[in-house]
Amino acid sequence: MSLLTRNKAPKLADHNAGRKLFGSRGATITVWIIAIFWTIPTLGLFATSFRPKEEISANGWWNFFIHPHLTLANYSAIFSSGTTSGISNGIMPYVINSFVITIPAVIFPITIATMAAYCLAWVKFRGSDALFYGIFALQIVPIQVALVPLLNLFTGGVHIGTVTVVPALHIAGTFVGIWLPHTMFALPLAIYLLHNFISSLPRDLMEAANVDGASHFTVFRRIVLPLSVPAIAAFTIFQFLWVWNDLLVALTFTGGTEGINPLNAKLRGLAGTWGSHWELLTSSAFVMIVVPLIVFFSLQRYFVRGLLAGSVK
Amino acid sequence: MLAGIAIFLAVLAAIFFIAGRANGKKQRPIAILVFLGPALVLLLFGLLGPAIRTFVLSFKGSASHTWVGFKNYQWLFTDESMRIVLRNTVFWILFTPIITTGLGLLLAILLDRMRRESVAKSLIFMPMAISFVGASIIWKFVYQYANPNQPQIGLMSSIARHLGFGPTNWLLQQPLNTFLLMIIFVWSQTGFAMVILSAAIKAVPADIMEASALDGAHGWKLFRGVTFPMVRSTFIVVLATMVVATLKLFDIVQASTGGNFGTSVLANEMYSEVFVRYDAGRGSAMAIVLFLLVVPVLVYNIYNLRRERSIA
Amino acid sequence: MAISKKNLLLGGSSAVVIIVVAAVLVATLGSSSGKNGTSAANCANVGTGYAVQQGKTVEVFTSVVGDELTRYQTASADFTACTGIKINWNGSDQFEAQLPVRVTGGTAPGLALVPQPGLIAQMVATGKAVPAPSAVKANVDKYWSASWSQLGSVNGTFYAAPNSANLKSLVWYSPKQFAKYGYTVPTTWTQMMAQSDKMAAAGQTAWCGGIGSGGATGWPATDWLEEVVVREAGATVYNNWISHKVKFSDAPIIHAMNTVWSWMGNSKYVGKVSTIATTSFQDAVTGIPSGGCMQLQQASFIAASLPAGSVVSPTGDAWVYYLPGISSKVTTPVEGGGEFYLAFNSNKDTVEAQTFFSSPQWAIARIKAAGSNGGWLSANSGVPAATYTNPLDALSAKYLSDPNSTFVFDASDAMPAAIGNGAEWTGFTDWFANGTPVKTVAARIDSAWPAGN
Repeated sequence: MSLLTRNKAPKLADHNAGRKLFGSRGATITVWIIAIFWTIPTLGLFATSFRPKEEISANGWWNFFIHPHLTLANYSAIFSSGTTSGISNGIMPYVINSFVITIPAVIFPITIATMAAYCLAWVKFRGSDALFYGIFALQIVPIQVALVPLLNLFTGGVHIGTVTVVPALHIAGTFVGIWLPHTMFALPLAIYLLHNFISSLPRDLMEAANVDGASHFTVFRRIVLPLSVPAIAAFTIFQFLWVWNDLLVALTFTGGTEGINPLNAKLRGLAGTWGSHWELLTSSAFVMIVVPLIVFFSLQRYFVRGLLAGSVK
Repeated sequence: MLAGIAIFLAVLAAIFFIAGRANGKKQRPIAILVFLGPALVLLLFGLLGPAIRTFVLSFKGSASHTWVGFKNYQWLFTDESMRIVLRNTVFWILFTPIITTGLGLLLAILLDRMRRESVAKSLIFMPMAISFVGASIIWKFVYQYANPNQPQIGLMSSIARHLGFGPTNWLLQQPLNTFLLMIIFVWSQTGFAMVILSAAIKAVPADIMEASALDGAHGWKLFRGVTFPMVRSTFIVVLATMVVATLKLFDIVQASTGGNFGTSVLANEMYSEVFVRYDAGRGSAMAIVLFLLVVPVLVYNIYNLRRERSIA
Repeated sequence: MAISKKNLLLGGSSAVVIIVVAAVLVATLGSSSGKNGTSAANCANVGTGYAVQQGKTVEVFTSVVGDELTRYQTASADFTACTGIKINWNGSDQFEAQLPVRVTGGTAPGLALVPQPGLIAQMVATGKAVPAPSAVKANVDKYWSASWSQLGSVNGTFYAAPNSANLKSLVWYSPKQFAKYGYTVPTTWTQMMAQSDKMAAAGQTAWCGGIGSGGATGWPATDWLEEVVVREAGATVYNNWISHKVKFSDAPIIHAMNTVWSWMGNSKYVGKVSTIATTSFQDAVTGIPSGGCMQLQQASFIAASLPAGSVVSPTGDAWVYYLPGISSKVTTPVEGGGEFYLAFNSNKDTVEAQTFFSSPQWAIARIKAAGSNGGWLSANSGVPAATYTNPLDALSAKYLSDPNSTFVFDASDAMPAAIGNGAEWTGFTDWFANGTPVKTVAARIDSAWPAGN
């Protein structure tokens, strides 16, 4: 640990020096061309969200830049409390619900997955590889097929014959009942990605710690967790995005309980029963995008820290 | 929420504290139990149980009342419309994971060589942050077609018209339409590949790069000889993740064409069978076939991991 | 020791935590001011015989969302004030997918507002749905025609009382455009086609069409066929067709499909036929006020998708005429749809809410909640015709309550889901996209008919 902290500062500088060395104008231009291509469709959404309803289906969104006719009506329709939006107190309660659902549903699976990944990578035991592949394979299980059995577990428990294996949990329609499925569904990918990262941590570091008599718990806390920050940050972003934008799990496990719906589920209702209210859908899509982008920006710096600088595989 | 997180962390801390006290022979099994136990219990109830149930249901009828043997599977492999679905699924697996991961790697390498990468990176990442509803609207504004005498609100038709071609009903052109839907997938998932691979490249120690550069390695040679071997395992992980994501894909198809015009894929049909046509038997059989399709990826991963171990 | 870990995890999401704190603050400040006073409810408008049950909530799960859902809330306010039973109108655009999941998963709602008789049968088959209580059955027997109570029954047991009804047999047109070119509202099918020929000759697009609807693409085309089947062959053949005693490949249905093809599949009238397959059903109506296309067969709800500012009136930008009959043997053929209240428990509060929803008082309250916007009709004969203030609704109600009309229910909603939500949708989409021969389309749908499970 001390070895790493000591090396960190100078190596970080070295890394930057290296980048300068290979920096090239060509790379910059290529990246920007791709970035612009990638942004055009999103720009269309952004422009559309500021256009009046009748113009959206009358002509293409690029006309917005030729004849700008900007309106904030679409956004005010979302934020206003009132009958037109079908949301009685505005969207703020649902924004909070979204956070209450998302933050634990990110922290729980990442913690559990980091522990499991460390165990599978470094606390080897008979069948640990097979177990890892089994977990990898579970990624393909479609969430849709898990909905009914999970709901049954929450409302009725698990019984084999007359023997109750798990009693009814009675958590359908509570936040716990939404966190739990999100945690379950996130584990295979989280364990897979984190295992890849943790298993490539320098072997000598682990062995040195073991020689010092450190327990697995100490190794995990003192070495694995701090060194895994980039991987944890990366997965945090994806899990956050997935939960934040999720509709299926939220709809299924809120179970009709009023007041725990996340923003996404609520904004879907704005589209109306029969209408195609693109003006509301586009603006709500942008409201939804803001928070994940903040998360992305604030976690991005962990990727460039070069925490592993100096360690060779 | 805060209470939930606090309880969760407090329980963990307590277990760590108590388990950490265990000494000698008992330490290893306790460690395995504590580290792996929670994940295994959650996976057992959340995914393995439902997977087994799906396997059982795939041999039952539409309302799961009667046993039908292999009838659902037989239908799946002989039905005329299912043949197109299976063909499209193969197309998707062949093209999208490799394009997405390759493009992600290219971007990760280029980003490593430029200054002020964060803005460009965020722009490429942005599609991932857009909810699915938003993405389906975005691409409607690209592929939308109207009769030639009407104004075109689709970007592609409008460009085609300005270039002097008539507008085309893009989503009806087989097999072009399947590739147009793949573009949506690549657009939204490249950010994932880029971010993971970029993190891996950042982890490549600068001194190795420098040393190789001083040895005269540049461009392609540097990439093949130094960079790629260092991120190889991450590349395979991302590729495998993309294969799984491709196999599970249904929402892009669902919203763009509803699976019509010869664009449907297995995951989309599975969703429709279970939730629209209420045929749990056929839907379950499709889920099992999807599961079998991922086996080759699994085998390749095992092979690769073994190889890496033998090198190390 | 554990603290360092906690800091690490929380540190990463510090920005998020700040946002949450801010959000919580804003919400607490905002909610304290938003208390709305309850005005004295008029319990005479609710009806008699309801016991007060304070503190109970009945969830009604529905596919209705947005403004429409708000009107349901408004309409049930008096019932809540007078009985103490709160109605939780829970709307989701994923209703059809979610209901079976919740019912089999053990979190069934008290009541579900189901638009498809086929889905009612499906839910009854799970064993979780409960038959309608006697008070509801008495109301339905008294106020609805036998065909409606049949639609809410499964194997002879009555389960679900109807809610709203909607009239599908309408053609949208623009009175202003018709006046400009000297067109008149046709009263027979032949007249309608002759006038369409005139429009085509004048270089106009006589018919608008769009069947795009995401995963449900194809459904508007099923309505076109249903309208023609009842007009050519009558209600008996139509109802036998629902139960597959008459197959898609049988002569009356093939004939009807050919009629549809000479109408909506006719490039003379609609322009490029394949465009219908990729145009969304909502977009199809946008051309009406401007005369971009002249007529559209669609139910009254499509008014919501008209361009903003369109005047819906007999002299305005958009209005409807009744889709005329074809065979003289079928008097005033009318195709409609509707939803039904299906209960999943027999708690006292659920029964009471269910009873109220089957009463004329509910229908009247709901019609009033719609106000001049209209858009909500009931086939409940206890509703006085004067209740409808919206002229479009008054016109629709006239056909729905006409005792001489031949009423049939939307066939695709009543057929098994594998057909009505599956093979028929995909088959018809293929038909319009590729011009697949009628007999091939019909044979494919027939072969997909479920053999039972």
